[in-house]
Amino acid sequence: MEAQYIYIGLAAAFGLFMAWGIGANDVANAMATSVGSKALTIKQAILVAAVFEFLGAVLAGGAVTSTIRKGIVDADLLVNSPELLIYGMLASLLAAGTWLFIASKNGWPVSTTHSIVGAIVGFAAVGIGIDAVQWEQVATIVVSWIVSPLTAGLIAFLIYLSVQRLILTQEDPLTQAKRYVPVYIFFAGFTITLVTLLKGLKHVGLDLSLTNSYLLATGIAVLIAIVGFIFIQRIEPDPKAEQKQHFHTVERVFAVLMVVTACGMAFAHGSNDVANAIGPLAAVISVARSGIVGSESALPIWVLVIGGGGIVVGLATYGRHVIATVGEKITQLTPSRGFAAELAAATTIVIASGTGIPISTTHTLVGAVLGVGLARGIEAIDLRVVGRIFVSWVVTIPAGAFLAIIFFFILKTVLP
Amino acid sequence: MGNMLANIFGTSPVQPLVNHVHIAYKCVRELDGFFGAAIKGDWDSAVEYRNRITGFEHEADDLKKEIRLHLPKSLFMPVPREDLLELLLVQDKMANRAKDVSGIVLGRKMHIPPVIAAEFQEFVKRNVDASKQARKSVRELDELFTSGFRGAEVSLVESLLEELDAIETDTDDRQAALRASLFEIENEIAPVDVIFLYQVIELIGEIADMAERVGRRLELLLSH
Repeated sequence: MEAQYIYIGLAAAFGLFMAWGIGANDVANAMATSVGSKALTIKQAILVAAVFEFLGAVLAGGAVTSTIRKGIVDADLLVNSPELLIYGMLASLLAAGTWLFIASKNGWPVSTTHSIVGAIVGFAAVGIGIDAVQWEQVATIVVSWIVSPLTAGLIAFLIYLSVQRLILTQEDPLTQAKRYVPVYIFFAGFTITLVTLLKGLKHVGLDLSLTNSYLLATGIAVLIAIVGFIFIQRIEPDPKAEQKQHFHTVERVFAVLMVVTACGMAFAHGSNDVANAIGPLAAVISVARSGIVGSESALPIWVLVIGGGGIVVGLATYGRHVIATVGEKITQLTPSRGFAAELAAATTIVIASGTGIPISTTHTLVGAVLGVGLARGIEAIDLRVVGRIFVSWVVTIPAGAFLAIIFFFILKTVLP
Repeated sequence: MGNMLANIFGTSPVQPLVNHVHIAYKCVRELDGFFGAAIKGDWDSAVEYRNRITGFEHEADDLKKEIRLHLPKSLFMPVPREDLLELLLVQDKMANRAKDVSGIVLGRKMHIPPVIAAEFQEFVKRNVDASKQARKSVRELDELFTSGFRGAEVSLVESLLEELDAIETDTDDRQAALRASLFEIENEIAPVDVIFLYQVIELIGEIADMAERVGRRLELLLSH
């Protein structure tokens, strides 16, 4: 079949473009705070992000990719016309890309994940038939879009509250910070590693027992905490800077923790968002090659590698510019606040990735930031943006669906 | 899309508020030199001081308008918007009083009786001290926000505000003493000049009053 190469080629091109976009735009969410608070230079941030986004995508991105690939559309209905799935996935990629382009031109806070899922649901429901969509799975996904920012917000609220009680309101915050921050580092490393081990590594063939998972997570977390402790011990107060801002040195201690959570956030983001680019591509590949829409075929790991690679290229080329811009604007997110938000978001995202649910990493992070704000940690939050996010929830799915349907019928006519 | 994270943060009013109180203090501080020149009868220097005062007062007004523009109702803050605006208002009034006082004294080329000159200048200095203490207290706003208006930072600010109260009480005492001193010699001076002297003393005293009100506004923020 000559046609299969065209399909795979198109899907790969669109998918890589999506991956590039994800790397360019979204990575700032993970790294901007570290750069803005000067915990990392831009070069270091890019390097860290590249490593952890890639690891997240390849090691833990399998479940969500599988959901996008075959969890939304019911394969049985396509037995006699597998090419419809190909057209549909290509159309979905095009639709999501177009919608994101329109949204960024207008400054709307639209989510990549919502766009792709909306597009897939759209083409399947209209292009094939209402029964083609696995509505239960879709319902779970949509509910999680509401639950994930709320969960992240709650966790961030509690974390920041503990930071205030234990450190920021104490007589000698620096001593308290040096004592407690290594503990926070331990918990950050432990949580993210544990969730990944328990849920996310099945596609890599790594299936540890429960006890072993806990032990390994503890071991890794202790290691990270020790390294963090060493860095923290080196931090000495700067009397001149302290005069102007009492918490200056305390924030430098938190900056070490901030870097750890930034790694976690990059990993989490890679694990959940790679699917937006690669899921449809994986679907197209498996159908184009085998000619059948089989749900049994495993997800080839090189597809995840392509996705991870695309993200890395995106963040290395355009991402550095976005990180710098965003880093300047979010100066209110000092390390003590930033880590609370990112740890909460990363934990939530990694749990979702492990369960195979595609959520919006950006909206989850915004929910976490709002959680810190509710703990009175943010000086000024623009609620209009929050309002726009709610609106985008309602608008994106129909918009993505609508565009996908149009592209679907175009491709159906044009392609062999 | 990364901009969503950036856009969620509104323009924080904290640093602009701190900048504003600094400008207001710089305005008030010029009164030391102004009255020094006025007492000596050096009206050329006094004019220079007056120009600087006017300049600072305008700067404060501009900043005040800027801050108000960037505090829309849609901004979610840990403290009520109205409290911050009220704080801004009383900070600004310190500068306004300084401008009013210097205007009257310069306009009349007011002669300050040598008998009370030293007491007068001490009185001015004490009011400037009150303004300085107000500025010192407002500078802690950033740290207050960081600690969520709780804990050790609150104790620190409360002790600063106690000191501010003490300075203001001192100015009240000095004002009473100065009025008494003026009362003793008022028949030796032209009646119109005496009236304006009393008025100027009162206006200067209001600077410390405004400074104390700044302190009270801060206390209100602490009580949330």
